[in-house]
Amino acid sequence: MTKERKYALGALFGPARYDMTQYTPHARRLRMRVVETGPGAATLTLPYHPELIGDPARGVVFGGVITTLIDQASGLAVACAMEELTAIATIDLRVDYLRAAEPGLDLFARAECYKLTRNVAFVRASAWEREQSDPFAGCLGTFMIGANAGGSPLGRLLAEEVAKS
Amino acid sequence: MKALVDAIPYARLLGVEVERVESAWDCVLPFRDELVGNARLPAIHGGVLGSFLELTALLRLMDEDGVASVPKPINFSIDYLRSAGPRTTRARAEIFKLGRRIAHVHVVAWQEERDRPVAAGNGKFLLA
Repeated sequence: MTKERKYALGALFGPARYDMTQYTPHARRLRMRVVETGPGAATLTLPYHPELIGDPARGVVFGGVITTLIDQASGLAVACAMEELTAIATIDLRVDYLRAAEPGLDLFARAECYKLTRNVAFVRASAWEREQSDPFAGCLGTFMIGANAGGSPLGRLLAEEVAKS
Repeated sequence: MKALVDAIPYARLLGVEVERVESAWDCVLPFRDELVGNARLPAIHGGVLGSFLELTALLRLMDEDGVASVPKPINFSIDYLRSAGPRTTRARAEIFKLGRRIAHVHVVAWQEERDRPVAAGNGKFLLA
């Protein structure tokens, strides 16, 4: 018989009902929002805005903006894979720019933590604007678990939400 | 170089500046509260650092003789080495190989001491 997996954030899984950018000033600055979470997975969106442009001639969003969206989605996916929340820190990210994101459209990213060990979480992610099946960026990342003494503000916020729900 | 940075809206949002140091250009990212990812530490958002590294790499390439159009990033990888605190961050890029079609660029970011980097990046760009 397989043991049922427990998730610290299990009570929150599904469409987002909370504001996760409360303690993440830069995510809030970019107007980023959580769409949905699930076991070891998170989907985020970033509304298109002219101030995110990297190539003014084409109106294409700067590559680093996609990195920011994916980093945020990946960190949340790791939190959504944990049995007990601890602080996490990005070890590395590698983003493949498959094509230019279409100007004027909101961006989405979904990250999946496909392996969680005691110290390291492994994540894959992709980003798209029209169809999830036609991504403009792909990413692999690794995260350190139990990263710093300061704790994770997002984790704390989510833990409070779980306690309330 | 300064005109290049000012022409990129997202570089202006981050508040990136360029500074001539000896024969090289450094990119400078003054700290602002809205760049923070973890408010409790506080630490600069990993995506902001990634963007800053990628921008520094791109500007380094555009400053190179013979690179006429805007290079397109193929991929960019970032190693996060230390937590980046609420201080000014600087970055310097080096063209590792400039091929006919592909350029490899290495970039390192630091805060107080250059030999204690906070992040390092490695980008491949398609030269149109």
